[in-house]
Amino acid sequence: MLAYISRRLAVSLLILLTVSFAVYVIFAFLPFDPAALTCGKNCNDPGIIEANRRRLGYDLPFFTQYFIFLKGLFFGRSFGEGAALINCPAPSLGYSFQQHACVTSLIGEALPVTFSLAIGAIFMWLALGIGLGILAARFRGRIVDRLSTVFVLIGTSLPTFLTGLLLLVFVVIRWKLIPFPSGNYTPFLENPFEWGQILFLPWLTLAFAYAALYTRFVRSSVIDTSNEDYIRTARAKGLSEGVILGKHTLRAALAPIATMAGLDFAGLLGGAILTESVFNLPGLGRLAISAVVKYDLPIIVATTLLAAFIVVIMNLIVDILYAYIDPRVRVA
Amino acid sequence: MTLLKVENLSVDFPTPDGLVSAVHETSFEISAGETLAIVGESGSGKTVTNLALMGLIPPRTANVSGSAMFESHDGPIDLISMERNELRKYRGRDIAMIFQDPMSSLHPFYTIGDQIIEAHQIHNKVDLKVSKARAIELLELVGIQGADTRMKAFPHQFSGGMRQRVMIAMALVNNPLLLIADEPTTALDVTVQAQIIKLLADLQQEFKMAMILITHDMGVVAGAADRVNVMYAGRIVESANVRDLYANPLMPYTQGLLASVPRMDRPHKNRLSAIPGQPPSMIALPTGCSFNPRCTRKSEVDGSKCETQMPDLTSRGNGHLSRCFIGEGA
Repeated sequence: MLAYISRRLAVSLLILLTVSFAVYVIFAFLPFDPAALTCGKNCNDPGIIEANRRRLGYDLPFFTQYFIFLKGLFFGRSFGEGAALINCPAPSLGYSFQQHACVTSLIGEALPVTFSLAIGAIFMWLALGIGLGILAARFRGRIVDRLSTVFVLIGTSLPTFLTGLLLLVFVVIRWKLIPFPSGNYTPFLENPFEWGQILFLPWLTLAFAYAALYTRFVRSSVIDTSNEDYIRTARAKGLSEGVILGKHTLRAALAPIATMAGLDFAGLLGGAILTESVFNLPGLGRLAISAVVKYDLPIIVATTLLAAFIVVIMNLIVDILYAYIDPRVRVA
Repeated sequence: MTLLKVENLSVDFPTPDGLVSAVHETSFEISAGETLAIVGESGSGKTVTNLALMGLIPPRTANVSGSAMFESHDGPIDLISMERNELRKYRGRDIAMIFQDPMSSLHPFYTIGDQIIEAHQIHNKVDLKVSKARAIELLELVGIQGADTRMKAFPHQFSGGMRQRVMIAMALVNNPLLLIADEPTTALDVTVQAQIIKLLADLQQEFKMAMILITHDMGVVAGAADRVNVMYAGRIVESANVRDLYANPLMPYTQGLLASVPRMDRPHKNRLSAIPGQPPSMIALPTGCSFNPRCTRKSEVDGSKCETQMPDLTSRGNGHLSRCFIGEGA
């Protein structure tokens, strides 16, 4: 198992290196001059542009730039000198001249927001999706199953920005069930209640779409597993239907859910762009989208890399977890 | 002593194309300690008969009627009319079943030890240690080396034959009165088949249990069975003790089955004989005798009786029953 994990880790590192290079290449060859972008819209002074170019290292050859970038990840990096010296400690992902901040600290502010959003949503959709999926499978063809089909249809066809807006309009404005979210994200440690209150609707919005997918998946997985020979064996042993479902069917039926949930979670951590935009949450998705709009290249590179990093790491975690769930994939 | 008396057992599956009568008014008996073989082609109703006895036909998918009186440890019970939840108490305890495909019949996520212990625990209010000891004992009995350590192994770490041994150990853990073995050797290598059949026969002696052996392997039948029921299209067409059946098959279908067994002791320059045609569609059974379109001896019966009338299962003496107009009343 240890050999397996270390081998996977090595491969993951290689993938990350490749991704970082690919991302860097793409942005290096975009038809924008990053130095020109640093000094705002109406800036035509070649002196300032050239000074910024030197300060941010854009005058160096491509490979040198890439290696400085990689080095910065591990040892930190400073820009400029003298009074204008800016120091971004490791792991440095560069400096955003437009926001006048180290990219790492910008991400450090946005990541907890996105994480809070993702973690709450995943709990909601797992509870809803798995619960409803099991019910639908158990009472196949009956009213619960029919209703779940309707839910799946609506959930998978409504785009999140629409769900989010509908929730805002009805739950908050029409029915006044919860107060209007203030728009200012409150960290969990500061005020857990406010944290939950602000994130509740975004959670619901995200969970709605995912729960529909999961309901459909769990339903068919449970039905498929119920038809397995080993479930018939369990029944022939004289086990009760409850034990058969809870212990024998679900263990096998829900194993693939671990993989699915891990990857979906990773995807969300990369930034839930639409949901964050609708609810005005200062998360990674919003950071990335505003960077794209403003051609803030260091942030675009950093958020892309981070998303890739999260996906690779979650993949690793999911694979290791799966080996624990399913003994057949365990490596001796 | 009669252990199980099945009377007029019918299993009908409603389908969009019409009612499929998988088992039609089947009656038979099995005594304590006896081995009854049920033979027939795929779809003849062998498996459905036994799933019905175990109460394993999914509810609402079929109409099951008739009765099956079983002498359980708690006195006589009717396996057919009994409440499903009630029947659960006897399943795996008084009647156990092993299945055709040992590769898929064990849960892939649990160790075989856990699975055998579970089968013991559900019917015995004893300490886990007792169940564990019992599981090891059974594994040794079915010939698994190092049963102690193998308890912690997962099904995928066993070969097919070994898995079937595990299935047998699991089925016997509660000393059942009746073991239903549904084609226990079909999915196994030929060399392993003989071992499993011998193991089953030995264990049957040791546990003094009755066995229903479902198979389409006439060789297995000859070696292991006391009595044989031949099924065709949902009906028993011939029933006799094993010697009578092999010496004097009465129904043309049984004759065909026996003739199609490859023999070492006959000159083999001839091709293997086969029964012409195919088993009938269960939705549109032929009128008259279900076997008549494939029967080579129809001409021996007067007129078109075979095509219009279903023969009854009648006694031909010495407990030999046959469903055929040939030799009837003789």
